[in-house]
Amino acid sequence: MLRVYEFYRQGFASMTVGRTLWLVIAIKVAIIFLVLKLWLFPNYLNTEYDSDAERSGAVRSSLIHK
Amino acid sequence: MNDLVSVVDWSRAQFALTAMYHWLFVPLTIGLALIVAVMESIYVRTGEQRWKGITKFWMTLFGINFAIGVATGIILEFEFGTNWSNYSWFVGDIFGAPLAIEGIFAFFMEATFVAVMFFGWNKFSRRAHLVCTWMVALGVSLSALWILVANAWMQNPVGMQFDPSQMRNVMDDFCAVAFNAVSMNKFFHAVASGWCLAGTFVVGVSCWLLWRRSNVDAARSSLKVGAWVGLVGIVLTIWTGDGSAVAVAKVQPMKLAAMEGLYDGKVGQELVGFGILNNDKKPGDDQQAIYAEIAIPYGLSILANHDMNSFVPGINNLVYGYELTADGDTVRTESYAEKIERGRQAREALAAYDVASAAGDTAAMTSASTAIAENFPYFGYGYLDRPEDAVPPVAITFYAFRIMVMIGGYLLLLFLLYIFVGGWRTAWLERPWLHWVGIISIPLVWICSQAGWVVAEVGRQPWVIQDLMPTNAAISDVTSVSVQITFWVFAVLFTCLLAAEISIMLRFLGRASKTDITA
Repeated sequence: MLRVYEFYRQGFASMTVGRTLWLVIAIKVAIIFLVLKLWLFPNYLNTEYDSDAERSGAVRSSLIHK
Repeated sequence: MNDLVSVVDWSRAQFALTAMYHWLFVPLTIGLALIVAVMESIYVRTGEQRWKGITKFWMTLFGINFAIGVATGIILEFEFGTNWSNYSWFVGDIFGAPLAIEGIFAFFMEATFVAVMFFGWNKFSRRAHLVCTWMVALGVSLSALWILVANAWMQNPVGMQFDPSQMRNVMDDFCAVAFNAVSMNKFFHAVASGWCLAGTFVVGVSCWLLWRRSNVDAARSSLKVGAWVGLVGIVLTIWTGDGSAVAVAKVQPMKLAAMEGLYDGKVGQELVGFGILNNDKKPGDDQQAIYAEIAIPYGLSILANHDMNSFVPGINNLVYGYELTADGDTVRTESYAEKIERGRQAREALAAYDVASAAGDTAAMTSASTAIAENFPYFGYGYLDRPEDAVPPVAITFYAFRIMVMIGGYLLLLFLLYIFVGGWRTAWLERPWLHWVGIISIPLVWICSQAGWVVAEVGRQPWVIQDLMPTNAAISDVTSVSVQITFWVFAVLFTCLLAAEISIMLRFLGRASKTDITA
């Protein structure tokens, strides 16, 4: 484990362009998971219904009456 | 009703925006991974240090694209859960299984070996490092495989049974889902097009270096590799494109008819090479469909069925049904009006199942299940108001197909030109026009790649799952305002990411052009 850790530590330490890229990745992942997923993209059926039976019932009702 | 249309349209626009932006990054990752592996193989085989420098140069460009593009696809999964919840539930484990395999196996394989590829130059033997680079190339293609299997199932839903108690499709034949003609052609077509795209990118950037008179030797060597990979890519793309056309003719004949702007099919159908569509043309009217048409005799019959005397149905034939007597055979297809009726019967049976289930009437549930199963292949038609609603946007599909094919033909000539010049007319590599042809080809190949997806996805409208679920049935009970807000959030986010990628790449190339990349 220590060797793996050293491998990654030295790799990250020697990066040039990569540091900018990691910054971009960090910002992007933060926006995707902390803003988009939490605030703007809740899973509709998981949020509105508590069990799979309720979810299947809701979809059935929706597809019957749509 | 108006709000439903608005929600559906905004959700479709949002999904299209996300998918198209995502696909800006993906094919370059797929193709550049292969090109880097080929270059490193040359380095290991020859032992020439300059190839190590060349490999690292393109590996850095691969890394920039990989870093910017990674995780952009996950937003599509968010959209499934929020905007397309009926669809997400209805597809059950069929969509989830390939995506889970992609997430667990291919992505982690990629992520592990990418680290070794970038950090392991002095820590692994040459051959071990090369193996890791090839594993990255394999990993990105395997990632694509499972995503494309999931997409192909939407175009050709096979290998499952619908269970009305769960309201889900349950996979009963994994091999049918994963390895049918549509999925395999789609996979190889998409991956090979990625090789073609990355080949053009490498040729274009090499031409830019030659134009700047920077790293001339490395640029010439890179250009040859890019052109050869691109040539293999475009040949395979054309070959698998032919396979895709045959598959589309079988499972999505309406898409093929829209691609050709064909309303009334015939035996020995010609292929429209070029033409201008009549935008006022509607199914069933007498107007001319295409003006200024340049056609290849028997071309579409050969393309669709590999038989010059075969019948290819047009939009009117499919919408209104047709009978055909050829060689003594009578073939009759159901009209869309008949399919709509069968779809409505399936919906009514589903309603009967719901009532029987609530009442605990097992016999009625069994009877309803049987009626659903009998009509399930037409289930989605029950959501259409009229037969003409099943016709996709013909103009977009028609022109996107021609853009794809024309640029594809151009790319074939481009790669042959650079292979010829790189191998037998190296003095031409100093000519500015040759540099500029390579540079301006970079945006063209992306246009070609996007046009291919437009044909595949717009051409199958209104279906989110072919014949089983149209977009208006797949949508969640969300407001159009919320979808509009997230549409613009994505537009800004992805534009920023694209600008960041181009900016970082240009800065890297600017610096690299002032140094010896082979050192």
